[in-house]
Amino acid sequence: MKIDWAALGSVFGVSLVVTVALVGLFTLGITGLSRRERAAAEGGSAGLAVTGAYACFAACAAAVGYGIYLIVA
Amino acid sequence: MESFSLILAIVVVTALAFDFTNGFHDTANAMATTISTGAMRPKVAVAMSAVLNLVGAFLSVEVANTISKGLVDEAGIRPEVIFAALVGAILWNLLTWLVGLPSSSSHALMGGLIGATIASAGVGAVHGDVLVTKVLIPAIAAPVVAGIAALLATRLTYSLGKKADGKASEKGYRAGQIASAGLVSLAHGTNDAQKTMGVITLALVAGGAVAPDSDPPMWVILSAGLAIALGTYLGGWRIIRTMGKGLTDLQPQQGFAAQTSAATVILASSHIGFSLSTTHSVSGSVMGAGLGRRGGVVRWSTATRMFVAWGLTLPAAALVGALAEYVTGFGSWGTAVVAVFLVASSAAIWKISRREVVDHTNVNDADEAEPAGVVTTAMAAVTPPPAGTATEDPVPSFPAQAAAERTPSTTTTV
Repeated sequence: MKIDWAALGSVFGVSLVVTVALVGLFTLGITGLSRRERAAAEGGSAGLAVTGAYACFAACAAAVGYGIYLIVA
Repeated sequence: MESFSLILAIVVVTALAFDFTNGFHDTANAMATTISTGAMRPKVAVAMSAVLNLVGAFLSVEVANTISKGLVDEAGIRPEVIFAALVGAILWNLLTWLVGLPSSSSHALMGGLIGATIASAGVGAVHGDVLVTKVLIPAIAAPVVAGIAALLATRLTYSLGKKADGKASEKGYRAGQIASAGLVSLAHGTNDAQKTMGVITLALVAGGAVAPDSDPPMWVILSAGLAIALGTYLGGWRIIRTMGKGLTDLQPQQGFAAQTSAATVILASSHIGFSLSTTHSVSGSVMGAGLGRRGGVVRWSTATRMFVAWGLTLPAAALVGALAEYVTGFGSWGTAVVAVFLVASSAAIWKISRREVVDHTNVNDADEAEPAGVVTTAMAAVTPPPAGTATEDPVPSFPAQAAAERTPSTTTTV
């Protein structure tokens, strides 16, 4: 019997890193957007935060795209 | 397709029935968190999941080609064996659905196959080491991996997102959940619809209707995809309720973290080649997300029942599969008896489920209804029901009393 510990370990590592990174990025994006909401309410703007937010969302979208690629391939 | 005998037709129909139960058993995996946090309305959620499952079924045939090889020797396989295996898997799926417990459809299928193979060709025809590496280790690893990832992700999203509030964050978490739930649905379609295709193809090969080592024919792919999509759309609301509300109370942040973790684990594992069960990953990540929120709780009594069900999945399905195979061994009338038994007990389980209907209208009602109705006294021993919950149904509610052979395994189910 041969248990593929290396594969199991890399599943663990990859899952952990990717999940945390994605959720972190996405949360940053959401934080950025809600900062814009607040700024708009106070009559200001939050250009940098919004740009950052869209960058975060783009990264997440890329990850989803890669996920679909993995499913299809 | 010249030699398309009656038994082959029965096997194909049964396989599609299994595919259907698989779909509605596993809707919860993709959609429970989305539904319980209110990110999507229940009907819309299952419809989306169904479409993605259907799409997923057409994306590749790789899994279909592996399921038939490896676990059991193809040489010992007759169509009756596969039929018996499917009977075991379907009954286990229906039974766990009735008590609202998520359990792996693949384990049920493998269990049925193993049991039927042992009854037909002896213990030697099952590869024990494959059993350990492909079933036992993944079953333990999946919830742990997904749970830890979800726990950390939940912590992170709460601490990073402290300042996120208002409409923007609400919308954001909703979109995030829908995207990750969609990925899980798609992955489920490619994986589980293909398992059925693999089984049907295996039966066709065993029955001599298709040359060995051939890809699934187009009609197999199409019907398997449709069966799983239909099952998904009808939705196993009982299991959705357990996963979305029973294990823990999910907020949108947690739902998002849990579903993302599950999607990542499923894709990473199938890509790296250490396949983990969707059900186990999602359950684990839901629990991890439950623990990750400050003040969040996991209802360990529900979780324990679920773990017990996981442990029993393979042996129970194997037992039924073996019995069914033994009975089919008596010839055509034996096969007929098994078929009638399958239909009758499925109908009985459905009938019992109508005593306390769970559907899209009440799927998010909290767990006060959960222990009622179908729960046996055996389960009450494991879970002391909250005060005041229905004791109105002490009637022995398991369906398969008709068949005495089933009873031992059902009473130990919980």
